[in-house]
Amino acid sequence: MTRPIPLLLLALALAIPLSLLAGRVWLNPFGDLSPNALLILTELRLPRAILAVTLGAGLGAAGAAMQGYLRNPLADPGLFGIAPGAALGAVLSFWTGLASAPWVLPLFALVGGAGAMALLGLIAGRTGSVTLFTLAGMMIASLAGALMSLAISLSPTPFALSEIVTWLMGALTDRSWNDVVFAVPLTLAGIATLMAAGRALDALTLGEAAARSLGVDPARLQWLMIAGVGLTVGAGVAAAGIIGFVGLIVPHLLRRFTDRRPSSLILPCALAGGLLLLVADCLCRVLPLQSELRLGIALSLLGGPFFLALLLRMRRGLA
Amino acid sequence: MSLVAQNLALAGRLADVSVGLNSGEVTAICGPNGAGKSSLLACLAGLLRPDNGTVLSDGTSLTAIQPRERAQAIGYLPQQGEVAWDLSVETLTALGRLPWRTGAEADRAAVDAALTTLDLQRFRHRPVSQLSGGEQARALLARVLAGEPKWLLADEPLANLDLAHQLALLAQFRRLATAGTGVVLVLHDLAHAMNHADRVVVLDSGRVAADAPPDQALSAAVIARVWKVEARWLGDAGQRALST
Repeated sequence: MTRPIPLLLLALALAIPLSLLAGRVWLNPFGDLSPNALLILTELRLPRAILAVTLGAGLGAAGAAMQGYLRNPLADPGLFGIAPGAALGAVLSFWTGLASAPWVLPLFALVGGAGAMALLGLIAGRTGSVTLFTLAGMMIASLAGALMSLAISLSPTPFALSEIVTWLMGALTDRSWNDVVFAVPLTLAGIATLMAAGRALDALTLGEAAARSLGVDPARLQWLMIAGVGLTVGAGVAAAGIIGFVGLIVPHLLRRFTDRRPSSLILPCALAGGLLLLVADCLCRVLPLQSELRLGIALSLLGGPFFLALLLRMRRGLA
Repeated sequence: MSLVAQNLALAGRLADVSVGLNSGEVTAICGPNGAGKSSLLACLAGLLRPDNGTVLSDGTSLTAIQPRERAQAIGYLPQQGEVAWDLSVETLTALGRLPWRTGAEADRAAVDAALTTLDLQRFRHRPVSQLSGGEQARALLARVLAGEPKWLLADEPLANLDLAHQLALLAQFRRLATAGTGVVLVLHDLAHAMNHADRVVVLDSGRVAADAPPDQALSAAVIARVWKVEARWLGDAGQRALST
């Protein structure tokens, strides 16, 4: 069943042009564009919209695949410790004061994410056990979190401190084509990797033993998951900081519109994740606040209550 | 076709187990708790790699066969009937086609046949969570049948089913064997093994204690030796009951 896909594509086709018009300066699509407006459009809003859609797509797809892999609707791509690893890398680039040079921040973040991926692979080894793997991920996440706190508490200057804290909140403000150039290919490669894991994730619906009896190689699946989640989440953190909730909520929302197999959820979740991040980013831009609301905060503010309501409804359904 | 275990050894679970299985037969694996029944079944399915010994499918070691090819030949029904997502019966059944790359048409035909065989056509679009225990057991078996395996290995398929559903499932296994499938069942109920199997392998502490037609493999003497229970069989062949 692919019912949601055409609808989501249509919504994206409408939302992307609209998002280009919205912001502190509203652009009139019917008038002539002044040189300034053209600059805003091509150098600020277009890369920002592309980033929002791509990163959201990566997070949505990673969330769908993670929930399928852990057979748990509460799983989130953050569980693998790749996002905290990438964030730790980024924090270190601020800490060392190198972040102001171009490319350094995303490079540090990508190295941090890759480090978390390598550590995961080393710890989980070749057993392919989902439980061991998840525990390893959670351990890496808490270790990276502790190191980040350490870096913050030992931060060399108040300026670095405020930079780190602000960056960790996640945002797409002032992103440029430089970010698009590395984040988009990496995220797309990650989504493709996750989609390649689709059949194995479907088999995992029946449990690990049945999945192996259906020809699934657990070690191969594990590598696909590490690579897929690592690329999407690592690129996302490198370009925008920590953005939560997308990977958790989007699969939840869409599952009922599919046949509930993990493989049929990945692509719709990618589209819906992109749409959600684009719309949320536009709202952040448009809200009449002193300084722009951080995207990561906005999504948590939106996502927390929403998720609670969903859980309450689930509980009522079960009772 | 043959599925042969040669001198299987698995630390603490199996010790020098050799069994040769024939297609077209229902073979029951029986034994007390911890005798190694599930381990033997998992080795035969290629899911557990024994420390020693090999499992040969038509003369080829399972370790030398690609997982996907092995999955096409050997269907495995685990003991816990886990279904993580609330799939429809049809979608669940179609998971059995995962090892195949035969195209949508062949997949649909196989799923249809499996649903018809297990009388599940009217539940086709129902979510698994809304099935009764017996219907769910049938849906899980339909998933295995959709893969059109030459061997059906089931780990305690009758657990948690009422008597009528147990008998219906046993009749189904018999029909599959008659059609040429090799059926291997781990069974706890010795009367079911006695009445419905062509052959019984009795395991005791990881060793083969008996491997013969049911009336020999499950004789009162073997039951006394392996289960430490004094029992005798009542009734006629095919309808025997165990009296303790």
